[in-house]
Amino acid sequence: MSNEPTPPPAGFRPGELSLAREALVLNNRSFSWVTEKVCGIVEGPAPKWWYVATAASALLALVCFTLIGYLISTGVGVWGLNSPVGWAWDITNFVFWIGIGHAGTLISAILFLTRQRWRTSINRAAEAMTIFAVICAGIFPGIHVGRIWMVWFLAPVPNSNAIWPNFRSPLLWDIFAVSTYFTVSLLFWYTGMVPDLATLRDRATNLWKKRIYGFFALGWRGANRQWRHYEMAYLILAALSTPLVLSVHSIVSFDFATSVIPGWHTTIFPPYFVAGAIFGGFAMVLTLMIPARAIFKMHDLITPRHIDVMCKILLLTGTIVGYAYLMELFVAFYSGNEFERWAFLRNRVADPFIFGPMFGVEPAPYWWAYWAMMLCNVISPQFFWSRKMRNRVIGVWIICMFINCGMWFERFVIIVTSLHRDFLPSSWGMFHPTWVDMWTFIGTFGLFMFLFLLFIKFLPMIAMAEIKGVMPQGDPHHPSADEAEAVHLQEYRG
Amino acid sequence: MKGRVHAIVAEFPSAYALYRAAEQVRDKGFRRWDCYSPFPIHHMDDAMGLKKSPIGYVVFLGGLLGAVSAVALQGIPSWLLYPLIVHGKPTNLFTLPAFFPIIFELTVLFSAITTIGCLLVFNQLPRWNHPIFNWDGFRRVTDDAFFLAIEATDPQFSETRTATLLSEIGGTNLTVVREED
Repeated sequence: MSNEPTPPPAGFRPGELSLAREALVLNNRSFSWVTEKVCGIVEGPAPKWWYVATAASALLALVCFTLIGYLISTGVGVWGLNSPVGWAWDITNFVFWIGIGHAGTLISAILFLTRQRWRTSINRAAEAMTIFAVICAGIFPGIHVGRIWMVWFLAPVPNSNAIWPNFRSPLLWDIFAVSTYFTVSLLFWYTGMVPDLATLRDRATNLWKKRIYGFFALGWRGANRQWRHYEMAYLILAALSTPLVLSVHSIVSFDFATSVIPGWHTTIFPPYFVAGAIFGGFAMVLTLMIPARAIFKMHDLITPRHIDVMCKILLLTGTIVGYAYLMELFVAFYSGNEFERWAFLRNRVADPFIFGPMFGVEPAPYWWAYWAMMLCNVISPQFFWSRKMRNRVIGVWIICMFINCGMWFERFVIIVTSLHRDFLPSSWGMFHPTWVDMWTFIGTFGLFMFLFLLFIKFLPMIAMAEIKGVMPQGDPHHPSADEAEAVHLQEYRG
Repeated sequence: MKGRVHAIVAEFPSAYALYRAAEQVRDKGFRRWDCYSPFPIHHMDDAMGLKKSPIGYVVFLGGLLGAVSAVALQGIPSWLLYPLIVHGKPTNLFTLPAFFPIIFELTVLFSAITTIGCLLVFNQLPRWNHPIFNWDGFRRVTDDAFFLAIEATDPQFSETRTATLLSEIGGTNLTVVREED
């Protein structure tokens, strides 16, 4: 009896083993290998490049905060805003960053509910990225009127004349959406991290590390009576975050869609913004994870399959975004509304070489921004139809950089090209960013990278407990041969 | 270790072995016992004879409270205190759709906070220490070890017979964990 092999799972037919899915963790690693690998990054001494990169990004973040101080002490005149273009880089940057945040919640919530188990090796870093991106985004609405002391007008409290803010305004909806999104993402990220913080606590050699990780691990014991509530709480948070992530960028798009500005007044905006956000967010996840994977040699945890799947998501969402761009053009044409037609053809599409001469119109002042967006967001992800391209890590990274730029241009095109030519030609103007505009934006990248570098040094970058659960030996129903033998032996004796 | 016995802990070699052991301890009718693992083991609740976590019901109430708060937060100023006419649009119950986004957001926010609250309350966390941590070997539970502990408060507990049972069902590394004195 002891030599009897384990019965194969139901539905198994011999000779079909090659059809089994590729393992999520390569090279048959053990549980302790995963612990060692992930905790090793936190526990080992920080490499030299980490100090250099952290110092450089801290410096950039400092530039951002200094310029915010300059803006507040001087006034919004230090930015390039002018009379037709009252929203420019500030709101562009806000939408850009908040969009990047969407991939983290998509990976942690939607892919969790749809049982996409490959998410486990990237969800922690993607969620961290979400939180840091939302922090960067949150800066801009706070400072965009240049009068920080009026920021309490954003809150749902009556002003000194006892007038409450207009609850039917998308701008107020936005406050609720973004702050709820930040809070829920933070709770979700932290809840997911508690078991891994307990791992760090149990491995800590130094008293203070033990205390600090112990404090945040909340006394986690890994008991099944705890896991039972934990798994339910995680499921509920995922179920709450899924409609939340879709609502946030929909509400951001209402800021534009409920106005009467041609180019903004578009019913397609909510799904188009959400697809764009996921698209831009996944590009940013890959932008960060590809170097991190190479630097920390995590090729067995973040496998070519992970990159391949993420590229497919980029291809899908990029194509949805492309469809939305074309549908916007079609609806502008089909509406017969001359202002809509003008906004799309004469303010965006008409380039000096092909479409301008074709339609016999002057080139649009911002044609270069529109076509940069088209090239980066619609053309560049089409390379991912090819498996060869999806497997070429450096190529993937370069395309992701194109997408990062493209998504910024998308928001710039939507915001600035719609505003710069008002209904009357007497109130037309161009937007020219100042050095303050530029360095504030560059500075937010410093803040983002600074927070991310602190994260990879002090917190477990990969969700160890989740990875262990999807490894073959984590499945309680498929014992390895040795274990099956031990159990059978036990039954035989008993 | 001195002091009162807290529990007898046995180690099992794998998730599979722990699962099988849990089924047997469940069938013996123990009540105060637990399985410890580095990750949630699929279907372990069935093996331990535990019911579904009731967190969802409490979260529903939390969400409801969020929705009601959002209606009150928006309705009281907009319909009662200071109706604000913007673009000549009325402020009455028929304008409810314009209040939906905030109702949705606060429902989600309150539900999420309730979820975390329930997680802490139901698990009796946070707590600084627990008797089971008095055994140094236990710290591997967050790495790659699988334990089953039968606590001394269980009516069927007996230091000798429980230990024999645990070793019979495949437990190794049997340890009597005591509470601190």
